[in-house]
Amino acid sequence: MASVSVPAAGTAEGLLRRPRATTGFWSWVTTVDHKKIGILYGVTAFAFFLVGGVEALLIRLQLARPNQQLLSPSVYNEVFTMHGITMVFFVVMPLSAAFINYLVPLMIGARDVAFPRLNAFSYWVFLFAGLFTYSSWLLGGAPNGGWFGYAPNSVLDPTRGMTFYAIGLLMAGIASTVSAVNLAVTIINMRAPGMTLFRMPVFVWMSLVVQFLLAFSLPIITVALVELLFDKRFGTHFFDPVAGGDPVLWQHLFWLFGHPEVYILILPAMGIVSEILPVFSRKPLFGYQFVVFSGIAIGFIGFGVWVHHMYAVGLGPIANTAFGISTIIIAIPTGVKIFNWLGTMWKGDLTFPSPMLFAIGFVSMFVIGGLSGVTHSIVPSDYQQTDTYYVVAHFHYVLFGGAIFGLFAGAYYWWPKVFGRRLNETLGKIHFWVMLVGFNLTFGPMHILGLQGMPRRIQTYPKELGLTFWNLVSTIGAFTIAVSILVFLANVVLTQRKPREHEADPWDGRTLEWLTSSPPPEHNFDEIPTVHALDEAWHRKYAETEDGRVVPVPAGGSGAGSEAEGHGGHGGHGIHLPSPSYYPVVASLGLFVLGYGLIFSWWLVALGAVVLLAGLYGWALEPSVEPSEA
Amino acid sequence: MSEAAVVHTYESEHEATSTGLPNTKLAMWIFLASDVLLFGALITTYVVYRGRSVVGPYPSDVFDIPYTSVSSFVLLASSLTMVLALAAIQRGDLGRMRLWLLATAMLGMSFVGGQVYEFTTFYREGLALTTNLFGTTFYVLTGFHGAHVTVGILMLLTLFSLSFLGRLTQRDAMTVELVGLYWHFVDIVWIVIFTVVYLIPTGP
Repeated sequence: MASVSVPAAGTAEGLLRRPRATTGFWSWVTTVDHKKIGILYGVTAFAFFLVGGVEALLIRLQLARPNQQLLSPSVYNEVFTMHGITMVFFVVMPLSAAFINYLVPLMIGARDVAFPRLNAFSYWVFLFAGLFTYSSWLLGGAPNGGWFGYAPNSVLDPTRGMTFYAIGLLMAGIASTVSAVNLAVTIINMRAPGMTLFRMPVFVWMSLVVQFLLAFSLPIITVALVELLFDKRFGTHFFDPVAGGDPVLWQHLFWLFGHPEVYILILPAMGIVSEILPVFSRKPLFGYQFVVFSGIAIGFIGFGVWVHHMYAVGLGPIANTAFGISTIIIAIPTGVKIFNWLGTMWKGDLTFPSPMLFAIGFVSMFVIGGLSGVTHSIVPSDYQQTDTYYVVAHFHYVLFGGAIFGLFAGAYYWWPKVFGRRLNETLGKIHFWVMLVGFNLTFGPMHILGLQGMPRRIQTYPKELGLTFWNLVSTIGAFTIAVSILVFLANVVLTQRKPREHEADPWDGRTLEWLTSSPPPEHNFDEIPTVHALDEAWHRKYAETEDGRVVPVPAGGSGAGSEAEGHGGHGGHGIHLPSPSYYPVVASLGLFVLGYGLIFSWWLVALGAVVLLAGLYGWALEPSVEPSEA
Repeated sequence: MSEAAVVHTYESEHEATSTGLPNTKLAMWIFLASDVLLFGALITTYVVYRGRSVVGPYPSDVFDIPYTSVSSFVLLASSLTMVLALAAIQRGDLGRMRLWLLATAMLGMSFVGGQVYEFTTFYREGLALTTNLFGTTFYVLTGFHGAHVTVGILMLLTLFSLSFLGRLTQRDAMTVELVGLYWHFVDIVWIVIFTVVYLIPTGP
């Protein structure tokens, strides 16, 4: 849109004057810098992580002992639903987005993403989607039908909760779709000279696969949510069995999105771990191409396994068997990755700072979750496990033991790049071990509870069922995790009070982001690096001698362009960066208002639409890069 | 320090990209691929529920195939005028471009107007959004398509207006091409919808 020609008048154009703040509140509101947006994603998602964590603690308190009435059944439904929605849509997805936004342009040697203002728009829409969904607590009740929102329960529920769910997730879906298009274009089109596809770091590859998963799965849940919204607000019959509608259609549409979503949640963490393990093993990633291709394979097969969430629905033995087989098959590329990670560490020169500990935690916990997942793929076995705590144990092993451990690994690893300081090692190790113990105490016993027959989503249980002991252990575990998160918070506060160390390359890294300064300048690299190999940064520092020994390249030696890219030079003068803008936040504010309008009043819909259109037109007419300032 | 190496602009089709494709064009293709899934899911819903309404009116009671064929033809004709508009701006003929952009928008408006008339007629004949599954799935599917056409018309009229402000010149041919891509996509989707919804009989 922005390719309309730039008028000479420049700043005078448009409804709003061009924002100028480079520090303080307004600089964050109007920023289009992918690094600032990455930090915004990270901070917001972490805040939601704390909220979702408190909801988890409430659930565990309620279940700590039999026959408790701490939360009423209806509040309990709201709490576990919001816990699920929060952790999936407002924590793991945006935390991954934080890493992808911050790192992908640096790793491929770009100055920013392809569409910086769209990037800001994605963030603001995500934030407003989260606020919108949470405002339901104050406006007539939170969503209460599970994160999967099964019809017809979601349609028939008399509260507004599931209407908030539908609109909140539609907004989150818009944010993610826009950002998927943006980041896919960035990775495909904005690579530095020499950065061929098979010289891209695995994290970039996994990010690319995730963007396509998002682009192709979100429209499906969008349709499902629109249908749910129409059923709830306008009395249509999509999921109304009385009128001939079929609630199972919701399940198909939801899981056709929902299963790729699982890989959307885990692939970025797999990418992070694939970056960290080689660095602290001091070996290249074992079988780079196998890791990449298995990631792509997971992306494709991920669209063909959704019925394994629906074995108990009664689609018949043929459908169940076919999807059982595809589910067993998808375990293969996942297993390939595990062996590649083990192969990377095998005979490596291992060191164990916090990022490495979390990465190894990821691999080991994910294996447990993966194995219990394989037991679900067997249809008769799944009949026993479905809707029990065994399933809860399984997906927390992959999403917490997997994704969250992986994301923490990334946080410790890239903290010095983003903030110019390393997180404290001792506190980091305490965080890791307390979290690992707490995690296994919380979710390990759920396997046993599930196999003993404890159903999911029950508010309480009688003493006679004999579920008391392991439930209490699980609750103790949950509070242990909470303690570990407090240790992390303390670590962050203490670290940010220290002066910056500005180490460009504290871990002896292998990828391009370590070539620039810490934190990187606004324009990322004074000069865009030319890439000659996979693990470019490593090859600039080390060379192999004739007898196969690895030796450092002397500074200023024969290595291709061995000077640090972020230093010296002209300090970034003369580099045209996209200018900050008000319009992304204005347009997303319009969507926010429009969302409330769909629940409360057509006037608000009209107001929201006007603000949205004003934002979009202001945006389209404003040049993305101010013609030469200063 | 060569300036040419570091000056880097955004969202510009003149920039050398890794694939040679302009960023905006690649983005539009990925968006359209994503939109295919949106219509795919909506059409699937329609097909799954075909013939499952428990009360009338049924499709055969309300459809006027000759009428909808004409409005479909109008929409398809607009793809031709869109191509002519793009060809005009690519050779720098702003006058012709304005003419064809306006023609495209008018044809689009005729289609949407026809849809509004059709919806009104169906409603008078007793088919509301909430009457039965047919009404529910028909209005939501065709309504989504109509909304897409409306967005396209807005973009066409915006380009038309910008050309008078001197902000759409031969250099911006890519912008017209992008709107064209979107427009053709919406047309192609209509071919599928028209076939699936109107032309294939519901069966017993």
